[in-house]
Amino acid sequence: MIARATMQTELAPHRADDPDAEVKLDARHVNFWYGDFQALHEASLAVQARKITALIGPSGCGKTTFLRIFNRMHDLTPGTRATGEVLLDSHNVLSPETDVINLRRQVGMLFQRANPFPKSIYDNVAYGPHILGWSKAQIDQVVEESLKDTGLWEEVKDRLRRSALNLSGGQQQRLCLARALAVRPEVILMDEPASALDPIATLRIEELMQELKKRYTIVIVTHNMQQASRVSDFTAFMLMNPKRAGEVIEFGETDDIFNRPKDGRTEDYITGRFG
Amino acid sequence: MNRLLLRIALDRLVTGAIVLCVMVAAVPVLVLLLFVLIKGLPGMLAPGFFTDPPHPVGVPGGGVANAIIGTLEIVGIGSLLAVPFGALVGIFLSEFGRNRLGDTVRFVSDVLTGLPSIAFGIFGYTILVATLHHFSAISASVALAVLMLPVILRTTETALVLVPQSLREAGLALGAPRWRVTLEIVVPAALGGIVTGALLAMARAAGETAPLLFTTLGNEFVQVNPLQPMGALSLTVFKNALVPYANLQDQAWAAALLLVMLVAITNLLARIYIRRIQR
Repeated sequence: MIARATMQTELAPHRADDPDAEVKLDARHVNFWYGDFQALHEASLAVQARKITALIGPSGCGKTTFLRIFNRMHDLTPGTRATGEVLLDSHNVLSPETDVINLRRQVGMLFQRANPFPKSIYDNVAYGPHILGWSKAQIDQVVEESLKDTGLWEEVKDRLRRSALNLSGGQQQRLCLARALAVRPEVILMDEPASALDPIATLRIEELMQELKKRYTIVIVTHNMQQASRVSDFTAFMLMNPKRAGEVIEFGETDDIFNRPKDGRTEDYITGRFG
Repeated sequence: MNRLLLRIALDRLVTGAIVLCVMVAAVPVLVLLLFVLIKGLPGMLAPGFFTDPPHPVGVPGGGVANAIIGTLEIVGIGSLLAVPFGALVGIFLSEFGRNRLGDTVRFVSDVLTGLPSIAFGIFGYTILVATLHHFSAISASVALAVLMLPVILRTTETALVLVPQSLREAGLALGAPRWRVTLEIVVPAALGGIVTGALLAMARAAGETAPLLFTTLGNEFVQVNPLQPMGALSLTVFKNALVPYANLQDQAWAAALLLVMLVAITNLLARIYIRRIQR
């Protein structure tokens, strides 16, 4: 019993043990600082291709910080620093030589609150392809495909030139998803994408995720444990250490994390004893 | 029950005090506007006011055509100089100016805002009038452009800072370079504020008198060449108000009314424009 527990700790925070799995995004011993404050401590996570990986944990445990490192969004915040490695197809994202623009085309993002541009529905989705310099015909096609992929096409096809701000909250969030899909990313990061949505709009997003994971790798931050257990294949549980830096406590298949947690702290959180 | 009555009484008292304060603030403005309207309207309705240049002193009639053209042209050229430059500096301050250079620019701009307007006149005189050896409308435009600059760049900066950070992140997360996000997402989202700032700066410049006195000097004839001295509405008010001829004094009032109307219409258009693009 003791021997087994030791073995689990060695395996645990690192990666799910499936030798055939293709690791798309591999974070290794990531430390992160806002100025002098360390927000992440030795965080590791192996995200598998075409699966949904959920990051759960109490507020302030560094979930969002961890997520935003994967496409270097932290570059926008002055005074931040990251060490360790985040390998995307074996290339280190954190390396200074990384072409951030190219990286963000591969690793798209969906935010906590829908943030459509104050432009037309069409222009929102077309913005990424437009930046890439695609032809008008290509852009028309990708706009239609992306809107179909997010189930919006039938709802908006007659008013593509109208302002995106007139859409409902759930439609706006799906539009933002379509906008992210339009540049054909490989990974999609979602930062509590449904936290501002009603249950029905939330369900739409979750259904879409199941469709999208056939083609895309998804990492989702959520503080909603039901959502994590419903939608994800793998779950990482994060917690603040005594110095308030976030750590990955346990990582594994969602079913195991929720039903057979190995770490007492995971079990306490799952069963609602703290956080 | 007593406490409730007391509270209602107190509520009425404070509401009354606030209404009184508003009236104290608003009444002088309304009186002033009414005064200018009553005094200026006869002169404005006189034949030839808009179409004729001034007549020689003692000859009845005449208008302010020279000054209308002058004000529009001087302020127009000044705006062409100040608006693009001011807007660009404002964009720099908001998007790339969180550093010492940005702080320096902000400080200089605040100092410029507080400078008395006659100082801008001296500036225009020194760098253009003195070097070219004659008065010119263009030197007035330059002086007004410098006067407008701090207003434009600070309103531009404020408008851009109000654009939610999430919009910038959305653009950058798509793999758009920073400069494209700034020009294609952030600036269009703040366009209303930027345009308002520019229009307010233009309205302020149109009413300035001191910077014009020793730059454009004034001209009794219609002049459209910016390298020559030119009339302006504020100069007409200044000169005609000081002469002992009733018809010229009427013209001064009318010119003042025309200036007030120009500023009011500009403000109104700015507001309508903002309301339209915000929809």
